[in-house]
Amino acid sequence: MRVTVIDYKAGNLTSVLKALRHLGAEAEVTDGPGPVQSAERIVLPGVGHFAATERLDANGLTPAIRAAIARSVPFLGICVGMQWLFAGSSEAPAQPGLAQFAEVCTRFPEGSEKVPHVGWNSLEVSPRSHLLAGVQSGEFVYFTHSYKAPVTENTAAVTHYIEPFAAAVEERNVMGVQFHPEKSGATGLRILQNFLEWKPKESAC
Amino acid sequence: MLTKRIIACLDVHGGRVVKGVQFVDLVDAGDPAALAARHAREGADEIVLLDITATHEKRQTLLDTVRRTARELFVPFAVGGGIRSARDAEQVFDAGADKVSINSAALADPGLIDAIGRSFGAQAVVVAIDARRDPVAADPVRDAQVYVQGGRKPAGRRVVEWAREAEARGAGEILLTSMDADGTRAGFDCELTAAVSEAVSIPVIASGGAGTVAHFVDVFARGKADAALAASIFHFGISSARSLKQELAKAGVPVRLPC
Repeated sequence: MRVTVIDYKAGNLTSVLKALRHLGAEAEVTDGPGPVQSAERIVLPGVGHFAATERLDANGLTPAIRAAIARSVPFLGICVGMQWLFAGSSEAPAQPGLAQFAEVCTRFPEGSEKVPHVGWNSLEVSPRSHLLAGVQSGEFVYFTHSYKAPVTENTAAVTHYIEPFAAAVEERNVMGVQFHPEKSGATGLRILQNFLEWKPKESAC
Repeated sequence: MLTKRIIACLDVHGGRVVKGVQFVDLVDAGDPAALAARHAREGADEIVLLDITATHEKRQTLLDTVRRTARELFVPFAVGGGIRSARDAEQVFDAGADKVSINSAALADPGLIDAIGRSFGAQAVVVAIDARRDPVAADPVRDAQVYVQGGRKPAGRRVVEWAREAEARGAGEILLTSMDADGTRAGFDCELTAAVSEAVSIPVIASGGAGTVAHFVDVFARGKADAALAASIFHFGISSARSLKQELAKAGVPVRLPC
């Protein structure tokens, strides 16, 4: 299967590409909208600052991704790539997200715990999730982030750190994970495999 | 619940692991890629590869080693040793590292922390600090000194203050090695680790002095460490990261299990 990985200069892509290729995917990298228009699957990685997503607008990727999502192309956002699916983030209030999900990402409250949230934390998995099929609640994945998305009806997995937040989101072909599946051992590879095998259901609407 | 990380460290010289070799029943005793894969399989939460004799000439060896080690590794992977510029860091990331650990180069040019963090994100920058208590100071812990050149030369900086500056400049984690404790197997320097951990909001990885399971329990509780580095974990009758974590779990430390 062919996967189009979007490069918008938000961190290094090597680990994501390595994991996808390990699973047998043919991964291509693009920083422009052309390949997105014929993409079969799209992965939007990203670490660092939400402001980096400005480049998605500047390079014409945002409308191309929006159109691909409308054609039911499976889409997976990772870390900042997941946060971009929301209306925005308080990390860069002037920069809009895709607004596939209406909420806004916010920073963990300061207090007794450290921010950023770094390390292996466990998932509470929604049984309805296709992305997390076969992943049991209590399995661990690797996080590194200071901003997080709220728990809503589209949350596919919840993780607790200071407060509950969305570790994964899913709405039909639009999926996102706050953690790094490419760095989360066998559990992470399982999730990427689920994404690669995801097919639109005829009944889904 | 966020767990405490057990990080397996490989000291590499000329492309071969040089520490802990004779104590471990290994498939390929000196090969970093084989060892890293084994540690990951046996429950390590993260792998750190330190090129302890990195020089400019050996850069290619390091990159080849990183590439081979990263190939089948799907847990976080940090690389340190001889990274002196953002360009060096970029090459190490391209070879498959998720984080770089910088030490002397960051002290010589603190702007390097900002530069790497800007391009690759704070989560990709680990600032390693070699620390020694200052026995003549009024407060030997608060006034602990930073050392460079493998611990031979004082850098003229205080540990806590340097850790704060590293955080402010965009470091994602601090790797704190107590030179007083290193190699003693008498336990981590919990007071020093706690002093640094309380001074910063980023995670602190404790290193140096591990001898028993109790030492790990102690550095997580009293030392307020977020992670502990185990370079020679298998020297002490602990057969794997998994068995260490099973013991830690019994002692009430949150760890990733099963793993």
